[in-house]
Amino acid sequence: MDETPAIEALELTRRFGRITAVDRLNLTIARGEIFGLIGPDGAGKTTAIRLLAAVMPATAGRARVLGFDTGRQAERIRRAIGYMPQRFSLYGDLTVAENLHFFADLYGVRGPTRRRRIEELLAFARLEEFTGRRAAALSGGMQKKLALAGALIHNPQVIFLDEPTTGVDPISRREFWDILSNLHVQGVTIFVSTPYMDEAERCGRVGLMYEGRIAHCDTPDGLRRLVPGELLAIWTPQVMRARPIVAAQPDVLEVQVYGDLLHVFVKDAAAAAPLLAQALAGAGVPVVEIRRAQPRVEEAFISLIAGRGRKTE
Amino acid sequence: MPLLNALVRTLAIMRKEFIHVRRDPRTLTIVIILPIFQLIMFGYAVTSDVKDLPLAVFDQDRTAASRALIAAYRHSGYFDIAYYVTSHDEIAYLIDSGRARAGLTIPPGYSERLARRERAEVSFIIDGSDPTTANTALSAATAIGQAHGADLLQEAIRRGGVLPGLLPGVEVRTRVWYNPNMQSAYYMVPALIGLILQTLTALLTAVAIVREREQGTLESLIVTPIRSIELILGKIVPYVVLAFMDTILILIVGTYWFHVPINGSVALLLALAVLFLMSSLGIGLLVSSAARTQQEAMMMAFFTILPSVFLSGFMFPIAAMPIALQWFSKVIPLTYFLVIDRGIVLKGNGIAILMPQVITLAVLGTIILSLAVLRFRKRLE
Repeated sequence: MDETPAIEALELTRRFGRITAVDRLNLTIARGEIFGLIGPDGAGKTTAIRLLAAVMPATAGRARVLGFDTGRQAERIRRAIGYMPQRFSLYGDLTVAENLHFFADLYGVRGPTRRRRIEELLAFARLEEFTGRRAAALSGGMQKKLALAGALIHNPQVIFLDEPTTGVDPISRREFWDILSNLHVQGVTIFVSTPYMDEAERCGRVGLMYEGRIAHCDTPDGLRRLVPGELLAIWTPQVMRARPIVAAQPDVLEVQVYGDLLHVFVKDAAAAAPLLAQALAGAGVPVVEIRRAQPRVEEAFISLIAGRGRKTE
Repeated sequence: MPLLNALVRTLAIMRKEFIHVRRDPRTLTIVIILPIFQLIMFGYAVTSDVKDLPLAVFDQDRTAASRALIAAYRHSGYFDIAYYVTSHDEIAYLIDSGRARAGLTIPPGYSERLARRERAEVSFIIDGSDPTTANTALSAATAIGQAHGADLLQEAIRRGGVLPGLLPGVEVRTRVWYNPNMQSAYYMVPALIGLILQTLTALLTAVAIVREREQGTLESLIVTPIRSIELILGKIVPYVVLAFMDTILILIVGTYWFHVPINGSVALLLALAVLFLMSSLGIGLLVSSAARTQQEAMMMAFFTILPSVFLSGFMFPIAAMPIALQWFSKVIPLTYFLVIDRGIVLKGNGIAILMPQVITLAVLGTIILSLAVLRFRKRLE
């Protein structure tokens, strides 16, 4: 097997006027990896993917995909990669079948290969029954799967997916990740961005992106160790009264306020929950619910990057 | 093989574009309703034809000669003798109130002056609140007077005694050579072909490309192996086809409804229309590279169409414009296509006589289209 990395970025930078969207990105992704780029909105994930997929020119630095330069050899890259933009980017007024045939034409997929490939993709995206339906009339999850099918029509070796599961219901999300796992087994290199922490678990390696830079890059396990403790969500109508009481408890690492929710990082969620409930009840603060929550990337970032102990309003 | 791939890609874009048109009521409306609407608007409503304009006559002479002059006005068809009045005040009142649009006063002694072969003057007042009508009515009134004067002179010459050198000039007639009844439909229908071609191609091409950007589909196209030129061709050819269908529609309606005679070769007209389309497609492409949303694209496309309507000679004669605007009209492609278009349809011109316009149009088209293609980037910025 070819040992050139699937994706390589060297000091890759993109500026829009005075804003630096991607700031000296360095990255090497081996063939066959699932790499997750995780970060809040505005971190530069989309720009990073666009630069790597040779959709957008870089301001400085360079990148290679399968050994081809994204600046000078963009056309060579295009034949070998699939790219699924964040927004639904197929034609809403074309049917499922028309969309797939259109992209098959553009990629020069013809004859029996084409028929077989389209059948295959429809089956694995579970869209066989909807071939005659216009893409605009599909549900959000089905649209994502159709877009993925479109990006896979030419059997690419590397695929770039920009937040493929944002705005999709949990069942479709899981289905989508099952499809990605299948592709991974087939040896396809997958570069996927997402704002969901839980999706990081399904990646081989994860890069945490913040303000244009990759702040941490590690396996999901390595990354989880960076997030302080576990997360409890406390739902109370009196957030401002509850906050100092919670923050004063032992074993509480950090408290963040989200509307009428308190997000509390603790060492051990199971042990801390009853203690916190007790403390709040003692102070006469009504509590609607205390439950274990999955740290989302926003919370992880606030504690990882903005600094420990800083309370976010 | 690479060539086959390129062809397949270009055809795929074209096929997709036709599907868009077929399934989008808005585009269909623009393609079918717009030309018909414009034809009716420019063929009927925006007409400078003057017919049966109510005229008030104050005949102070009351002789056979003055009645002959009044009859000349009536027979022209331009004026309807609506009132015979007995004072200047009455004329003023009728025009003020809008009941009459013009007033003719024949002074006493008119026939005597004619008999003495002196200049016989009559006064003609026109309601100038609608300048276009007034302008036509004014020329008509003058022309009728002059023609009548000429008739009288000829009569006199026949009887002997007047030098033929005194015949009044007939310069007015040159205006009505190709349009003897001064029907604006004759003038407007062929011109409309140019305007529709430009509106349709510039507007639809710009919108078709910007729509891809606005809806995010351009991003999917960028990552495919399609080349810019294939994308551009695939995008514009369907609208060129639609533009030609509209041209033929206008010619059919123009011929059978407005009875505009087509004196020249339709094939030549269509061939030269391709030259003209180069520049309007170029404008559409330029607009598409500048606009972010479909609305912006539409606004910008209309902005480029306005000068074409007003400064190309489509509505107003270029000769009547201030010098600065006349210069500006020289860089508007429609200016040249209108000469070609009206020349072929109304005068039956062949290509030889239209060569200067053909060359200018080719140069303009090449410049605009090259600029547009160079600016078109198959990348996100």
